[in-house]
Amino acid sequence: MATKSNTKYTLQRRKVVHRILEGRGDAAVVTGIGNAVHDVASANDDPKNMYLAGIMGGAAMVAFGVALAQPKRRILVITGDGELLAGIGSLATIGVEQPKNLSIIVIDNQAYGATGNQHTHTGRGVDLVGIAAASGFKKTALITTNAELQAELPRIHNKPGPYLAVVKVMSKSSARIDAPKDGTYVSRRFRAAVTGESA
Amino acid sequence: MARKKKTDWSKDVFKVLKKADVQQIAYVPDAGHTSLIKMAIADNVIKPVSLTSEQEGVAVLSGAWLGGEAGALLMQSSGVGNVINMLGMANECRFPLLMLVTMRGEWGEFNPWQVPMGQATEGVLEASGVIVHRVDEPSEIAETVEAAAKLAFEGGRMVAVLIGQRVVGFKDWTK
Repeated sequence: MATKSNTKYTLQRRKVVHRILEGRGDAAVVTGIGNAVHDVASANDDPKNMYLAGIMGGAAMVAFGVALAQPKRRILVITGDGELLAGIGSLATIGVEQPKNLSIIVIDNQAYGATGNQHTHTGRGVDLVGIAAASGFKKTALITTNAELQAELPRIHNKPGPYLAVVKVMSKSSARIDAPKDGTYVSRRFRAAVTGESA
Repeated sequence: MARKKKTDWSKDVFKVLKKADVQQIAYVPDAGHTSLIKMAIADNVIKPVSLTSEQEGVAVLSGAWLGGEAGALLMQSSGVGNVINMLGMANECRFPLLMLVTMRGEWGEFNPWQVPMGQATEGVLEASGVIVHRVDEPSEIAETVEAAAKLAFEGGRMVAVLIGQRVVGFKDWTK
């Protein structure tokens, strides 16, 4: 299959993530590996951020587990296309389970940004929005402009899910902003913040 | 050789899981887990989660703990091969993780394709940092799960209970 270029996309990933997180309220955020960690940490190192800094394909299901345990709280996933593709079956499972409080935001640069920008499948015809819709997600969106992003914010934060949006972005990454790396620290901080108990 | 009479260990194991306040049960089906899965679905507190692959189970139970709940993952030994990389997350974050694994590829196995993963199961789990409790006696399964749950949730560790194929019984789809 011919490779589709993503040079036509103009949104900048970090600005997109910051725009989304401005309205997070008391939402918990689970990130995927790589740039998603830096994008979220650069907005604010909130205790209710769980940075999955070293795993491919787990972010959506970790967030789903939190969503089941915390049904009154919104849970946001901020992850990349490569990370979600590595756990693509998760979309089928989440589509079946129908968590109303889960929103998945895929920052889609159509590349494995951390390993040298090799192509992912999303630049070669694989449609994550279509897969989510066909899996039973309540609402899905393809976002390529600021106006579209603005229009989707209520669905990302408030409307019943499960929700998935793919945001097509330029392949260029922003500067690395390191989040706390120690998994035991980040996870216990997160658990204490979302449950109100000391972990 | 006559098949061992199946004792109903599932009910006792379910009681143990309830007592441990398990609220999420994630599973990829195995014949040996049939009763437990039915009880999980019928329970009005436990949230049963059927998975496309066992790796999703490690992830969802990590999320369960992050959200303040305990969970258990039910799978067959073949599924252990699918969770290894995800165990790295549970290990790094020291998430409690309770896995109940019904064994294939060992006692009286008829399908040669099951043998490699079944034989490797205990070794790869231990290499990944999981504490393994193996049980081959039906009357000891519930107490083994109880100890494993305590070690997982209170001791804060990844623990797998391997339930031997000798207990689960020969698989015979012709009957």
